[in-house]
Amino acid sequence: MADDSEPGSRGPGRAARIGFGLFWVYVILYFGFIALVLFRPDILSSRPFGGVNLAIASGLGLIAAALLLSVVYMVAARVVESPGRGRR
Amino acid sequence: MLYESSPVAIAIFASFVLAVIGLSFWLGRKGQSAKGYFAAHGEIHWFINGIAFAGDYLSAASFLGICGMIAFHGFDGFLYSIGFLAGWIVALFVIAEPIKSMGKFTFADALDAKYNSRGIKLSVAISTLVVSIFYLIPQMVGAGDLIMPLLGLPHAVGVILVGVAVTLIVVTAGMVSTTWVQFIKGSLLVFFCGVLTSMILSRGLTVNTGSLEPQTRTVTPDGRVLVDGEPQTRDHDLRPVGTLAALPERYGDATTTGPLGPLEYLSVLEDSRIVTWSGKKSTDASGTHTIYTPTVRAGTDLLKPGGYFKGLTTGKLADKLDFASLMLALFCGTASLPHILIRYYTVKDAAAARKSTVVGIAAIGAFYVLTLFLGLGAMTSGALDPTSTNMAAPLLAKSFSNTLFAAISAIAFTTVLGTVSGLIMAGSGAVAHDLVENVLGIPMNDDEKVRCGKIAAVGLGIVAMALGILFRSFNVSFLVGWAFNIAASANLPSLVMLLFWPRTTKEGIIAAVTVGMLASLTWILLSADTFEKVYGLSRDASPVPFSQPGLVTIPLGFIVLIVVSLLTKAQPQGKPA
Repeated sequence: MADDSEPGSRGPGRAARIGFGLFWVYVILYFGFIALVLFRPDILSSRPFGGVNLAIASGLGLIAAALLLSVVYMVAARVVESPGRGRR
Repeated sequence: MLYESSPVAIAIFASFVLAVIGLSFWLGRKGQSAKGYFAAHGEIHWFINGIAFAGDYLSAASFLGICGMIAFHGFDGFLYSIGFLAGWIVALFVIAEPIKSMGKFTFADALDAKYNSRGIKLSVAISTLVVSIFYLIPQMVGAGDLIMPLLGLPHAVGVILVGVAVTLIVVTAGMVSTTWVQFIKGSLLVFFCGVLTSMILSRGLTVNTGSLEPQTRTVTPDGRVLVDGEPQTRDHDLRPVGTLAALPERYGDATTTGPLGPLEYLSVLEDSRIVTWSGKKSTDASGTHTIYTPTVRAGTDLLKPGGYFKGLTTGKLADKLDFASLMLALFCGTASLPHILIRYYTVKDAAAARKSTVVGIAAIGAFYVLTLFLGLGAMTSGALDPTSTNMAAPLLAKSFSNTLFAAISAIAFTTVLGTVSGLIMAGSGAVAHDLVENVLGIPMNDDEKVRCGKIAAVGLGIVAMALGILFRSFNVSFLVGWAFNIAASANLPSLVMLLFWPRTTKEGIIAAVTVGMLASLTWILLSADTFEKVYGLSRDASPVPFSQPGLVTIPLGFIVLIVVSLLTKAQPQGKPA
């Protein structure tokens, strides 16, 4: 392991690429939310769905999104790594 | 407020702690190998490991701190939850698999796999110890806060009790017993938060016309405590606070809503009016006075950002940066926490590591959703202690029944046990495996290595107890924010660059870890918050523009790594630094 200097060859390449793509999806969601908190808090106090305001809804949404993306990743990684599919 | 200790609470608590310690002795009854002690033989089932992730991660800060912050300041406590959970995305998608495939026992193993450099092992072992100790402080403070109402014992006794129990757990069976303690704690915590949330929802919201008279707590120069000018006793104490002043108009004259659905609960609360209390300190010749005054606020104001992070509404740039910095540190910090990373060595392969992270995210996410309801339930329970935000969750349970209070307090206490044992385990590995064996180059056989780890665990336990007593007046979430800042600044740049930038050199890693750790630590020690709460100086004397260092020190770590790597050519490896 110590003599492999190419990070791409370490671990399953395709699973890592899928993970990285999903990572950026979440980065956009999370920092988008932080940007709203910082610059447009008025949008977050609006109540587009009637009852619950957008601040609470997007917080719950971020938690749900994290779980959803992680399940997608687990399934996708299993598919690309399964024998017969080839790993690279 | 003064609390009465209940025999039921003591019984539940004592049986709990004894059961956990008994389990540890049972698991540790056989002699152990180093792989067993430091990594639970790499044979933990992924589901157990996933729940143990939750048990490891959901610290006293999550349970006590966030609940308290939501109960006193509204939505902003939930921002911590969002950030804490988001960090798992970094852990799962970027860090988990390489950590698993490169390391053996500790995080330093993984960073050093390519270079075999003593310098890397030394700097990473030190950063592991610094982060673990910073993370230990809030856990121990939380333990002390809990013991007062639960057993009627002083803060210091709680801290020492946790310290001794955890040291026993770790020393008896290392990572094996640590994992099981965390698994039990994780499941109990999520389960009981679920029970408490369903009780909150079925109780609904009720108008409570508590007195709105301000209350004063005075500590005289000779150390006596006065409430509204008279000595504090059980019968003459601060009134509990946190009430609902009015329901939405659509309820007419009704004073209670009856059972509510989860979303309905939130939307009714938004249209209600809520009484929150805040304290203001002043000092004169007769002592230090804290005056607690009520404010009646619209639910919509409490359920939007800005209640705790005042900077979000003032428009001052430094305050906004402080907040952005914290949220960045929470995002990057989880994946850099040594006690979380070592849990990847307890499962057998990358697929198991992935599955256990998903289980962890599910359990932790569910817990944070429940915490929102617990915090809001506490906010309107009429049971809050105006002097202690950390007591919100147990006092909420008390508003239902004393038995539930005892159960929740015992669980909160185990919460501390689970996380502290993980931290001490991480520190023990850093000392025995990284520092003594690899840096000092003292050869050890398996038994000696385990013994060395155990001695380190005892030492860390003692340090943790001392710090827990020293830092007792802090909100525990706040302190955890610091630990995340240091972890993210010291460890994340190296982890990420090692994986994605082939030109990273060992000098680059050593420099980035050292600079990231020292810069964030120095920044924290110079921050306005530390000036005010630790040194007792004026906030304005602080030389740094905002208190949370991450926004500056995380990028600084990356820059240092890149510059130093470019200046030092990649050498044929194998040479010690």
